[in-house]
Amino acid sequence: MSKYQVNEKGYYGPFGGAYIPEMLYPNVEELRQQYLAIMQDKSFQEEFQQLLRDYVGRPSPLYHAQRLSERYNANIFLKREDLNHTGAHKINNTIGQILLAERLGKKRIIAETGAGQHGVATATVCALKGLECVVYMGEMDIQRQAPNVARMKMMGAQVVAAQSGSKTLKDATNEALRDWINNPVDTHYIIGSVVGPHPYPDLVARFQSIISEETKKQLLEKTGNDQPDYVMACVGGGSNAAGMFYHFLDDETVKLIAVEAAGHGVNSGESAATTALGREGVLHGSRSILMQTEDGQVVEPYSISAGLDYPGIGPQHAWLFKSGRGQYVSITDDEAMQAGLRLTQLEGIIPAIESSHALAYLEKMTFSGKENVVICLSGRGDKDLDNYMKYFNL
Amino acid sequence: MQLNKHANGLLSIYFTAGYPSLDSTLQIAKMLEEAGADFLEIGFPYSDPVADGPVIQHSSEVALQNGMNIPLLFEQLKNLREQVSIPVFLMGYFNPVLQYGIENFCKSCKEVGVNGVIIPDLPMYEYEELYRDIFEENGISNIFLVTPQTSEERIRYIDNLSTGFIYVLSSNATTGKTLEVKESSAAYYQKLKDMDLKNPLVIGFGISSAQTFQKATEYAQGAIVGSAFVKLLGEPDYMDKIPSFIQGIKGL
Ligand SMILES: Cc1ncc(COP(=O)(O)O)c(C=O)c1O
Repeated sequence: MSKYQVNEKGYYGPFGGAYIPEMLYPNVEELRQQYLAIMQDKSFQEEFQQLLRDYVGRPSPLYHAQRLSERYNANIFLKREDLNHTGAHKINNTIGQILLAERLGKKRIIAETGAGQHGVATATVCALKGLECVVYMGEMDIQRQAPNVARMKMMGAQVVAAQSGSKTLKDATNEALRDWINNPVDTHYIIGSVVGPHPYPDLVARFQSIISEETKKQLLEKTGNDQPDYVMACVGGGSNAAGMFYHFLDDETVKLIAVEAAGHGVNSGESAATTALGREGVLHGSRSILMQTEDGQVVEPYSISAGLDYPGIGPQHAWLFKSGRGQYVSITDDEAMQAGLRLTQLEGIIPAIESSHALAYLEKMTFSGKENVVICLSGRGDKDLDNYMKYFNL
Repeated sequence: MQLNKHANGLLSIYFTAGYPSLDSTLQIAKMLEEAGADFLEIGFPYSDPVADGPVIQHSSEVALQNGMNIPLLFEQLKNLREQVSIPVFLMGYFNPVLQYGIENFCKSCKEVGVNGVIIPDLPMYEYEELYRDIFEENGISNIFLVTPQTSEERIRYIDNLSTGFIYVLSSNATTGKTLEVKESSAAYYQKLKDMDLKNPLVIGFGISSAQTFQKATEYAQGAIVGSAFVKLLGEPDYMDKIPSFIQGIKGL
């Protein structure tokens, strides 16, 4: 058993657990008892692999970015999750969870979404399976992300505005949890990141682990060595990073770099750099690190990238951070936007602003020319065009 | 502390500390005792109350804006026992307690004379492994919830771990829904009653009227009114209306 994976009690070191009210216990317990058996079942694996291949378009390419490599004096590879159906890594998880929900006999699916990427990925798999879908989205985000709201509606999902609190992702998550409390029997909650009560962080990481599984094979083919020097990913809740790190966790020669959003700067009061600003605490059902006031009220984060605009991180990340296994850093709005433009101009790829955060950190690293570096390009920038247009006056 | 297992018709009222105004907490508690409430649950507010519906969410939001927090609440409750003699429980979410420190929290409860706490998102496993001794050393009861979905085995387990009362949820729901006593819920209450648990039962969530209070207390020793009372606190002259509200619920 890896010391970086969840233990039998649902913990990663001191982090994780299932801090849920009794009303959620039967649902979460059912999931905990069944998820591994269902996921290891042959029919599940066959259908999952087939959908990943024929519907999502996997394996996603591992692209050796020539001009980026020249700029940084290293061999830089991009894991192209942006080429997945619906444009991000989120679909790996929603495909897995919809198959799980089906096998649990659930008839109704709920989800939370911030930028709308996870909402779209959930609405997509619900259309695929003909299941009822309700997506909670902060009222503020509904206004900011109109195209994704339209996509969800076209696919038949009901988009419900979360009007409590700050009306963003954290509140959408609260509303989804409340819905689940009120619909205890026939509903499955598809959480969009490696957060929430055990077993969610583990099950989402397992579904996303396809990212590093493929990367190892592809690296071996391309470089003759399946161990890169660095793997890098952005962290909102941390699902693309968890998937990108998964098969490298026990290989301590591989350095893991997780990039959080610093917003206007770590100390600006407008930031989402959780490990820099947070303390240990409990939010959305798990013990982790979160941004909070001295008396334990959750602080509203800020980032230009809606997908990174979350006040916590998954418990596994809290553990990788605390144990020193991973290096947790942050990148400002400005640095990310410049990195997004740079990738577009050097490689002809418009990245999601979330992914641009991971790319931006290259500017702060020094290489000797020999290192192999893999960056998870978690999503494409189509959804962010409005932001890019405003920022660069296009 | 254990509520009287042979009592009946106990009425408990929930309200959020710091709502509607920062220093209303103790005045409301006093008025409730005078009006005939049998015990109290005082909520400490949290930014992300997932088990609560809109009414209690709103009260928490206002209380936080007013500046309520746990240290201030204990400060306000310093003279609690000079003014209020009925049992008082604190209710809220785990993170603010964790930040205040579990041991500090239990000690402060003991110091001001709070009898127990209800922390819905503190799991049984963590309670048993990490915190039970601290609660017990300070004589603070930790109250657990059961729902219609809770298995009989788990109810027995909870009964063994409980020392105050068992908080019976009328249905699997967030706070503020109206209780309907359907056949299925009557069967659920009857099952609990027939299990002859060592702890008294108190039904909460959705109790809002004399009718729902009376239904609930046919099966349980008591019932808790939350959202309906918090709604009253949003009205002008709410203090004057408390006695008739309590009499109304008790059907006097
Ligand atoms: C493209 C993209 N990358 C990253 C994220 C952040 O999520 P996570 O940290 O779970 O990978 C999101 C979330 O919406 C996203 O859309």
